[in-house]
Amino acid sequence: MEIAVVDYRGGNVQSVLFALERLGASATLTADPETLRKADKVLFPGEGEAASAMDALRMAGLDVVLPTLTQPFLGICLGMQLLGQHSEENDTTMLGLLPFNVQRFVPDASHKVPHMGWNNLQALTGPLFAGLTDADHVYFVHSYYAPVGEYTTAQAAHPAPFSAAVQRGNFHGVQFHTEKSGAVGTRILANFLSL
Amino acid sequence: MVKKRLIPCLDVRDGRTVKGVQFEGLRDAGDPVALAARYAREGADELVFLDITATNQRRKPLTELVREVARVLDIPFTVGGGIGTVADVEALLLSGADKVSINSAALARPAFVADLARRFGSQCIVVAVDARRVADEWQVMTRAGTVPTGREAVAWCREAAGLGAGELLLTSMSHDGTKSGFALDLTRAVSDAVPVPVIASGGAGQPADFTDVFLAGGADAALAASIFHFNETAIPTLKAYLHAAGIPMRQ
Repeated sequence: MEIAVVDYRGGNVQSVLFALERLGASATLTADPETLRKADKVLFPGEGEAASAMDALRMAGLDVVLPTLTQPFLGICLGMQLLGQHSEENDTTMLGLLPFNVQRFVPDASHKVPHMGWNNLQALTGPLFAGLTDADHVYFVHSYYAPVGEYTTAQAAHPAPFSAAVQRGNFHGVQFHTEKSGAVGTRILANFLSL
Repeated sequence: MVKKRLIPCLDVRDGRTVKGVQFEGLRDAGDPVALAARYAREGADELVFLDITATNQRRKPLTELVREVARVLDIPFTVGGGIGTVADVEALLLSGADKVSINSAALARPAFVADLARRFGSQCIVVAVDARRVADEWQVMTRAGTVPTGREAVAWCREAAGLGAGELLLTSMSHDGTKSGFALDLTRAVSDAVPVPVIASGGAGQPADFTDVFLAGGADAALAASIFHFNETAIPTLKAYLHAAGIPMRQ
């Protein structure tokens, strides 16, 4: 199986590459459109700030290439948010593959921002979450979130429910870090690889 | 809901894990990669690696160690010690660190924190604050706790969060290694003053100390070293204890 990890010099890709390696899968880090089109699976890790990530994607021409991909695609963290329409983070237009607008959490006395740490998943649906339950925890670190909508395949709460995972067709996204979520994250990553 | 976190801290010197009392009198505590893997298996929520000789001896952080750790670890980890440039941070993140902890450089050049947050995102920038109680005030220390800065701890924490730190690692040097409990007043004051998560550090001895730092101190995470390294308290036992005390934990 050919696995491509999108290289747009934006995210912490090394953790994702190591997580794939622990699963016995080898992946190619690439920004080359042909390599991406031919891959069996594409992973899109993201960290950092939305506007500079979109700028980096445009520079590499990936804002045009990524929406045309037809194989199973997994955006992680900012990589999930970039699948949406728009982000409040520096008023950024995103890739527009899923119909959500990314908003900022508002901190209160008992809910810090960033939402950082282990939170349990709720309302799980779809193949990524096979074998998992509401008692399972994954690791989040983010200040912006996608609201719950018809595209939501898992929720978490901080304090209100938000999209922990989304899907439309071949495009999947997870707000949490599969690669840093222990055995639960490994299971989700393995579920994605078996799509 | 997001759970409270337990974070074993591995102070690393010359490739070995060490632990002292109030930053001095170091004991060997083993191979950091093996310890990291063991803690992850036992349910640690995160790990912190501090290269405790880096700032004073101006040695570069251990990117090779970071790669070895990242290769085996499926939970997040933070690396600190001697980080002073954008290139240092980039090298550590590219090696697989999830977050970096900045201490002396942030005090020397607060704009550095803002620069890092802009380039890499607040989510991976931790500002570490070493505080020492002097009379009624908590003073911020720099250069591995050896030099007073003249800054007051709560004010500096508020400033660091405002500059873009995504998390604060707050160590009471007055409690570090003493196993007499965390600095609850300091932790509560900082936690109430900033919108970002606060990791309390220094003084963990008994399971009840953790209950206190989460409930009375308002900490989002608690960091400890000796009690984990020397097998005094196992992580699963501590988590079960905290859960029974009504504190939300990942088990």
